[in-house]
Formats: sequence, C-alpha cells, structure tokens
Amino acid sequence: MRRIDHAEAASDFIAAKEHQAFHDRRLWDLRLKRDREAHGIPEWEELRSLASQIKEHTLSRLADYLEEFEARAKENGAQVHWARDASEHNQIVFDILSARRAKTLVKSKSMLTEECDMRPFLERRHIEVIETDLGERIQQLDDEPPSHIVVPAVHKLRGDVSTVFARTIGAEPGNEDIHYLAETQRRTTRPYFLNAEAGMTGANFAVAETGSFVVCTNEGNADLSANVPTLHIASIGIEKIIPKTEHLGVFIRLLSRSALGSPITQYTSHFRAPRDGGELHIVLVDNRRSERLGMRDFWYSLKCIRCGACMNTCPVYRRSGGLSYGATYSGPIGVIIDPTFNIRKYSNLPFASTLNGSCTNVCPVKINIHEQIYKWRQVIAERNQLPFVKKEMMRIAGKVLADPKLYRAAISATGLAIEHLPRFALYNWLNPWGRQREVPDAPQQSFRSWYIAHRNLS
Amino acid sequence: MTSRDTILAAVRANLPSPAPALPEIPLFERTAGSLLDEFQEALVRMGGKVVDERSGKNLDGFVRSLFPQARVICSATPEVEGTRALTCSASPTDLADVDVGIVRAAFGVAETGSIWLSEVELQVNALAYLAQHLVALLDPSDIVGNLHHAYRDPRFKTARYAVLVTGPSATADIEGVLIHGAQGVRSLTVLPLPRPIGAAGRSGA
Repeated sequence: MRRIDHAEAASDFIAAKEHQAFHDRRLWDLRLKRDREAHGIPEWEELRSLASQIKEHTLSRLADYLEEFEARAKENGAQVHWARDASEHNQIVFDILSARRAKTLVKSKSMLTEECDMRPFLERRHIEVIETDLGERIQQLDDEPPSHIVVPAVHKLRGDVSTVFARTIGAEPGNEDIHYLAETQRRTTRPYFLNAEAGMTGANFAVAETGSFVVCTNEGNADLSANVPTLHIASIGIEKIIPKTEHLGVFIRLLSRSALGSPITQYTSHFRAPRDGGELHIVLVDNRRSERLGMRDFWYSLKCIRCGACMNTCPVYRRSGGLSYGATYSGPIGVIIDPTFNIRKYSNLPFASTLNGSCTNVCPVKINIHEQIYKWRQVIAERNQLPFVKKEMMRIAGKVLADPKLYRAAISATGLAIEHLPRFALYNWLNPWGRQREVPDAPQQSFRSWYIAHRNLS
Repeated sequence: MTSRDTILAAVRANLPSPAPALPEIPLFERTAGSLLDEFQEALVRMGGKVVDERSGKNLDGFVRSLFPQARVICSATPEVEGTRALTCSASPTDLADVDVGIVRAAFGVAETGSIWLSEVELQVNALAYLAQHLVALLDPSDIVGNLHHAYRDPRFKTARYAVLVTGPSATADIEGVLIHGAQGVRSLTVLPLPRPIGAAGRSGA
C-alpha cells in the first residue's frame, strides 16, 4: 500500500493560486461566522462541556445504548441490520435493494458511505446511485471524492462547476452563473426523486431512548430521499448514538453554528418509524470503530459530530485542500482518524499540522485534536513508519540537542554554513522545510556567548 | 456469531472506563422580549418570511394574493381550502406539480426561527419538499424559547417523522453563494395566526 504523500499532493493544489486563495478565504469566512454565533450564546462553553460529557458517557456504555436503540427501532417498525465492515455494509444495502428490484437510489450526503466506498460497489451491480446534495453531486459527476465533509466541492470555482455540468448534465457551455448552475442541478435531479425506488440518508445522531435518528441538511435533499421513495435506508456509524431526545438540544445548538455559522440547518429531520406503506431499514456500521474505542489515547475521536470546524480553522487544510490528504476524512479530524484505518498508508498525515491547537479550541465536543496529532506522531515513529529523511534528521537532531558540546559546535557551524554554503547545499531534498521558505539569517551572537560576555557586568 | 453479536462483543471488550455520569441538561431560560419578534428575526436571517395577516378572514384569498401565479395550491390544514384537497392517502409523487403547500405548524422555536412539522401536520411528508413554496400558519402562543424547550415536547417521541424547518431549502455549495430553492421549497412564509377556537393546542392534546 502506497504511503500518501500529503505535501506532494498539496503541491498541485498550491500551484493553482486562484483556487488556493479562494479556498483559504472561504473556509476562514466560515470560521469567522462560527465565532460570531458562538459569541452570541452566553452558555456556549457550557454547551461544549455538556456535549463532551454526553458523548464520553455514551461511548463508555456504547453496547448498552446500541441494544436500547435497536430494541426501540424494531418496536417502531424499522428493520435493523449490523455491518462489521465496509463490504458487509455494501452487501446489506445491495441485498435490500435487489430484493425489491430497486434500480435507482437517491441519496443524501453521508461520509460513512464514502468511507465504505459504496457507490462503485452498487454501480458495478447495475444500481444507479444519484448524489442529491449539490456539492456532492458536483463531485460525483467529476469523479472525485468530497474534499470537505460539509462543503464537498469547496475546492472548486464556478468555472470548474460549469465545465463539469456542461460535460455531464447538459448545462449551457460557458455559463458560469451560479444561480443557473444550481438551478440546472435542481431541475435534473428532481426526476430522480420522483422515480427512484429507494432513498438513502446517513444520520448525524441516533437516539437510544426512541430508536430514532436525526439528519441535518440545508438543501431538503435528505427529506426528499427519505419521504418520496417507498424504501428508506439509513447507514449509521455506531458512534452516532446519544441517550435521550433532550440531548439533541445541546448538539443541534452546536452543530450548524460550528459548521457553517448558522444557528441551525434549514432542515433538522427526525426519523422514528416508517410512514404508511413505506419501509425503513437502519444499517449500524462498525468498520473499525469498536477497535478505535479500545485505543487509550485515540478513542476520543469517536465523539466527533462531523461539523468540519477543525478543517475550516486549520491553516494547513485551508492551504492544501482536502483531496491532498488522500483519505475519506481530511483536515485535523482526518489526521487522527485515518491512521486507525491504515497506519502505513496514512503515516504522513499527522505531520500535516503545525500543532497550533486551533482545531481543539473550536471543536464543539472538545476533542483534544492537536494532542492526538502529536501522539500519533509518536506512535508512527515507534512503529518505524517515518520516512527515511525525517527519521535520520530527527535522529541526528536528537543527538545534537542532547549533548551541550555538540549543540554549541553545531550552532556556530550553522551560522557559518548559512552565510557561506552555496544554495544547493542548503535547499535540497534533505530540507523539505526550505522548499517554500528561506532559511533565516543566523544571529551574530548566540545567547550563550552573549550571556558569558554580560553576566559579570551587573 | 452474528455480526450483531460480534460488534457488541467487540464494543464491550473495548469500552473506555470509568464512565462519566450523564449530565443534567439545563433549559438555559432567558428573560427575553416577545417570542414572536425573536422568532421573526431568526427566521428572516435563515431566508424565511413572516407575513402578518391576523384577521384570519379569507385566508384562501390572502394566500392567493401572495402567489398570484400559482396554479396548484395544496393545503394540509382545514383552515385553507386551496385548489386541491390533500388526503393522507395521497402518494408523494402526486405532489410533484404543487406550486404552494400550506400547513399549520405544531409549534415554533424563537431561538432559531424554526417551525415543527410531523406527519400529523403534513398528511403527506413530501408536501414540505416537493411543493415550490411552503406557507405555514403558526399560533404566536405556540412559540417556545429555545431548542432545549423544543426537545422537551413529547411529540418527538410519538411522531414517526418530525422536522424542524428553518427557512426555505438553501445551498451555498458553489463559491459560498447563497441560493434559496436548492432541492426543496424556494420560499417559506410563516403567517402568525391563532388557532381556530377549539383546535388542538401546542401540548398536542
């Protein structure tokens, strides 16, 4: 399995200057909107603490709450399925669809189905899958994964969307009017809602005491997917459980404020039981979540409510784009989740961070994201998953920093080196740091020599 | 072992401990001004409209005046007749050509400007999404303060489907440009209007 090289992948994104500048600005704007909302609620910090406590409590008794959720859901008339991993999830969904001869599935955005790589699985079995969220649809038509968990096509500009739509859904070539593009997607998606045999949603929360689940969207596409076709399938990760309906008050107040800086999504939809003549299937998916629950330092990432606030605030994410992470989950939250799926493939990702801690500060459920990033670096080093250059440099730096004599010799040598070495000796493959940066001038005097010279003066 | 048992066993084997207690959730009461004013301000921010027509006389004519181009007006509340009768036995796809859907909200939430609808209010859930425009009647005395109050409502536990609708469907997926009328309704208009005498109030009784 090839190791994802985040820095290398990001270089393409960085090269497209207009895109990168817009991406950075747009996501920072979401962060600012989030701040305005958070500051508008006096109890904001209390809500974060409550959300964190509810999640930690629930995860500590997750098996009991899952059983309670299942029992209530069955009483409500829903059918509950359990999937250990992605392939079992995909097979369950396919079996439900094929038993009812469903040929078309309209679906709303779900990171879980991305994680399971469900779309290609169903398409190979001749089921047409239509993403109905505008951003997700753009990405589907462009044959790209979402680059952000809330705004999937945020890395694209209107011209890119216009090109994709002209190529795939008959939009007028060259028309880059955003209203026109959105209307074209609405007009071409509507017939699918009316004719599909099945609809699919994910879930933001699943409530144990009622056996119901909650989907938060702005476009109305989840409600169309669930309320127009007779068959509704919901794929839900087992960590989405919360104990009670009243807990939703805490999470719904935090979710969209953190994600988009709006007080709530346009639609907050609660599904408890199938409607008359309809069928409701719930697929509860593990896919390594139970394993993550047992990781002493890393189980906290299961508290995540997928708001994306950590991505919007992250200077590395904003400047490198979600696709450069080469994983379903990108940005700070991705960096701490992805290695649990494959430590070798994603061993570079925890280094795509400045450890500034902003992600932790905005997280509505108080996940200690930057501390986990640091811990992942340790785990990756211990498991010998560091690339050669990084490892050798760190080994040498470790020796030098541990030995005062060596350190002093190195400091004076460095000053000389920066002044006198030719550029190719300083800026080369051994120094990835120097690719976009100039090495600063060394001070004329080190602190130690200054101290020795001055300590007897006072 | 079934997948269910495998998953539950793996979860049980890996539970973090000790389990922190489940916190009590306060209501975060605030002494505010008029709930209707707060509701209106929040809803307008989310792209919805509030139109005051408290007389309640000739509601049909009033709705028609809001949407003079509308051909199919489909009402889920007996307070408005519309042009097409809606029954709960209708198929969702029967609503594909509806221009304006009309419904009475069970209650509203001042903090967010949301209205609460379930299959009881909608008769056919898809009415709130397939229609081009949605008009909702809301009794000002049915407005609660914030989402903590809203989630104490017992109807969350009995409704098969319940939705907090806050403005029209919207997207900002292309360059962050806000567009109303993404996949669902293009506009949401709330008419603050007391329930007719004798109609069920907000406790759902």
